[in-house]
Amino acid sequence: MIDLENVAYSYGGGELLSEMSLSIASGAFYFLTGPSGAGKTTFLKLCYGALVPTAGQIRIFGNDVRGMSRDEVALTRRRIGVVHQDCQFIDHMSVLDNIALPLAVSGNNTLAEDANLKELLAWVGLSHRAKAFPPELSGGERQRAALARAIIMSPDVILADEPTGNVDWEMSERLLQLLLELNRMGKTVLIASHDLSLIRSAKSQVQARVLRISNRRLQLAGANL
Amino acid sequence: MNSLHGLLEVLRADHHRDRVVPATGFTATLTTLTAAAMAFLIVFALSLSFAADRLSARWATALEGTATIRISAPQDQLAIQVERSLAILSETAGIETARALNIEEQQALLAPWFGPDIPLADLPVPKLIAITEMDGGFDAQGLRLRLAAEVPGAVLDDHMRWRKPLVRAAQRLTLLGAFSILIIALTSGAMVMLAARAALAANAQVIAVLRLIGATDTYIVAAFVRRFAMRAFVGSCLGVVGGGLILLFLPSETTTASILTGLRLQGVDWIWLFMIPPALAAVAFIATRFAANRVLGELS
Repeated sequence: MIDLENVAYSYGGGELLSEMSLSIASGAFYFLTGPSGAGKTTFLKLCYGALVPTAGQIRIFGNDVRGMSRDEVALTRRRIGVVHQDCQFIDHMSVLDNIALPLAVSGNNTLAEDANLKELLAWVGLSHRAKAFPPELSGGERQRAALARAIIMSPDVILADEPTGNVDWEMSERLLQLLLELNRMGKTVLIASHDLSLIRSAKSQVQARVLRISNRRLQLAGANL
Repeated sequence: MNSLHGLLEVLRADHHRDRVVPATGFTATLTTLTAAAMAFLIVFALSLSFAADRLSARWATALEGTATIRISAPQDQLAIQVERSLAILSETAGIETARALNIEEQQALLAPWFGPDIPLADLPVPKLIAITEMDGGFDAQGLRLRLAAEVPGAVLDDHMRWRKPLVRAAQRLTLLGAFSILIIALTSGAMVMLAARAALAANAQVIAVLRLIGATDTYIVAAFVRRFAMRAFVGSCLGVVGGGLILLFLPSETTTASILTGLRLQGVDWIWLFMIPPALAAVAFIATRFAANRVLGELS
């Protein structure tokens, strides 16, 4: 799905990430861990084409990121659901409209999707908040709304950046269950998190691969965390 | 092709997309007001242009085909010289009619300056001969030479030296009006662009969200462009209605004899007012598109 080959990224100064090679397999469940500031968010941004590697090559669905036009990047993002820690919404539109936004943007805003939308809202437990505006939501509700928005286009890959960063344990468990369920439906899931208890909880339920960014390099962590 | 696609995207009404950009805000009101003011100014620049155009046309035709001979001579010779001039004129090719103005006519000409009751007969006022030309005109230079030889007190005036600068001045005025409209249009474009840049900056989060969920630049640009084009259209409609009403209540031409013409638009010229809102909307479209494409080009 997403292939990295000797990828490096630097923000002007020294390299933040270097010599990273990885092939994200279809249907797999990944955790990406590492200390704060190690470059987890940068890694995710590279994976959805928000950043272009300073060295090496990234192919998303077989296309080299460097050769992609802006429109191609936009079309690629419709196949990748992204959930950020500080997820942003369009604040003057209701939660329902925000979640449906990817459909509107891609021109799939049909009546047939309305039923799906209701189902999706129920699935993330936000049916009662459909008419609310994003600033009125709690941290957990925001994360779930962002997740719903990320998956409404039925993407092949879901990238989540510290999805449980702002929520309590119970809510992170709930979010994890949603992500696990998506993975069981065949979606590739990659979660960046430094929450080890979340990773342990997941590993008991799914064959999760744990990647660690350490010393600017990407390593496959062992079974023991 | 790409810009055509962009244009079609903007024209396509999309309920959802139209709400992506917040509907209200300071820049929104400001854009509408600016468009209204600009449209208002364009109305007057237009009417100035048309008035000047009518003026130059009138001046060009009013005195065309006519000439005057002015005879200044001692009182006792005046009649003889007038008679001699008329005789010469009757022999000159290209002259349709030639006629000496009588006392009453001359009095009417001088009345605006000296009042109605001047004793013209007692004053050494020159006599005037009004000439109308045939289509081909006459040889003014030849006539002037012959008059100089035979009628020392006669001066031929074919009005060219009055007409030319007047017509030129009126044409310049027309040009000035057109130039003003151009400047106003450019200024509107610049103002909309500034407002659009401010709106784009204020809605950076909206743009980031749209990019994240896979909106193409065309979609994002259309969301903003449509807003601004609509605001410019609504605003300029208000401006045109305001300007048009004022024009409507301006006094029309005072008298037909007047060389001045009213600023008020005439006949089909009014149609031009209906073209202002679409034109300003088009200017806003181009300006916003330019600004939005620039801003988006800087984002990942």
